[in-house]
Formats: sequence, C-alpha cells, structure tokens
Amino acid sequence: MLLAEIVTLLGCTELLALDQTGSREIAGCFAADLMSEVLAFCGHGPLLVTGLTNVQSLHTAEVVDAQAILYVNGKRPDAEVLALARARGLPLLSTPLTMYEACGRLHRGGLPASTKQRGTAP
Amino acid sequence: MLYAEAFQIRGGDFEHGGEVATRIKSICKELGIRPDLIRRLSIANFEAEMNVIMYADQADLTFMVLPEAVRVVVADRGQGIPNIELAMTPGWSTATREMRSRGFGAGLGLPNIKSSVDEFQVESTPGVGTTLTYVVRLDSSPGLTGHDRIRQYHPREGERQDAIAGPEKV
Repeated sequence: MLLAEIVTLLGCTELLALDQTGSREIAGCFAADLMSEVLAFCGHGPLLVTGLTNVQSLHTAEVVDAQAILYVNGKRPDAEVLALARARGLPLLSTPLTMYEACGRLHRGGLPASTKQRGTAP
Repeated sequence: MLYAEAFQIRGGDFEHGGEVATRIKSICKELGIRPDLIRRLSIANFEAEMNVIMYADQADLTFMVLPEAVRVVVADRGQGIPNIELAMTPGWSTATREMRSRGFGAGLGLPNIKSSVDEFQVESTPGVGTTLTYVVRLDSSPGLTGHDRIRQYHPREGERQDAIAGPEKV
C-alpha cells in the first residue's frame, strides 16, 4: 500500500509534506504505545502506528527502520520532534481516528501486520 | 580494535533518550556492518540507554567494534537490581507512570536486550550500580538469537500468526 493511499484511507493530515515519499510502498504495519513492544515484536520497515508523540517514538522508528509514523487520535508531536523527523526524512502523519479504527481500516485495506517471524533475528 | 567510543548517559534525561542508540546506529552504517546486525544491536542499545535514564543516575556506554564482533558495556551508578532473575522475566516491571507515558517500562527491557544479542551478561550491586555487557557477533546468522523466548510473553500466538498472513480476500 502506498503512503499516499494511507493518507486518503485514514483522512490523514500530513504533518510533514510527503512529496516524493507519498509513493513509498508500505509492506506492513505495527501499532503500539509502548516502544519496548515495538522493539520486541515489530518486523522490519513498517508503518508505525502510535499515540506516543514524544522523541522516543522517532528514535524507535529509526531503530526498526519504519517507513513512516502515523499518530492516532489527532495527536501531533511538538516542533522539536517535527524538526528531527524532517532532518531524517521520516514522513509523519496524523489521523483523527482511534488506534483501533485506524488499524481496522488499514487491515481491511490489505495492509498486513509487520511482526517478527518465529526463529528469525529481530 | 576497529573502532571504540564511549558515550555518557544521564539518568532522568528523557528528552535525549535514544540519541546514543541512533548515533551508534549511524556509526555502524558508516562502518558497513550488516543491516540485520545493526538492528539487533540498536534494539539492545536503545533499551539499555532507556534503562539508565529510567533507573540509574549516570552511565558510560562503551561501544567497541572488534574484528569479529561488536561489544557494548553499559556501566551505571544507581540503585542496582536487587533480583536479576525477576528483572529478566518478561512483563515484570517497577516502572512508574511517567516511564510508561514515555513508551517504556513494559518489563521488556532486559529480556529484549538478551534476545537481541549473541552474548549477554548482567552484574549488579544494589545501591551501587549495574553493568551490562553484550556482544553481537559479526558472523552470526539470522535467526540464531533467543528471540523465541521473548515471544512467549505474547498471549495470542495463534492469532498473531494468522495476522501475519494478512486479511482474507473476500
């Protein structure tokens, strides 16, 4: 699923203009508010869906090579986090939907879960 | 030794939590270390860094790239861990509400580190501090970590496997 399609599907606000990254292909999704759970269970290069807007969400996204972060419940990170994301070229989206609704739409739209497979390296 | 650098981490410094891990990740990329190994190391470093921020006063994280492995030593001064076996139990946590509001404190830190690396050692003296030592071997094959141990923490394995396959096409 293209990032631009996710914007449409979830009625997202682009906190950082997508530009060329709108055509970025997203292969999977992982959603959590606890970053340790992302580090423990997330697959490689997902769309990271979270309600956590602090700088740790960005660092976690960096560690798992997330393609973008989607903030739910209309949340937005502060200017410092936005500046850091801009410097890293990481697209940030915000949707007014709850995490459940956002994930439901993404799954129904064909975006699979991004989880570590048993027996594979993180 | 191919590369070595020491980083200081300050307890309570949530605002900068994760910067050391991301800095080391970029060094590893520059050194041409395999991406899957960088990721495992970054997970361990991030968790170790946040552990210091949440539970210790101060720590030195020493990052060393040897010909056959990356070795990290995180030596902190702080409250220490009274019961290491308990602290290694996935889901067990003494985190405060503030720590959890930062996205950590899920009781996965030490188990997450252990499952991400090839060698792991933790030594702690209550009231003095804790030293973590971990190694990621540069020749390690994908799939040889203790990853399965941490997956036991998740209660709905069958559903997760179903979810990986994606939604059914109607």
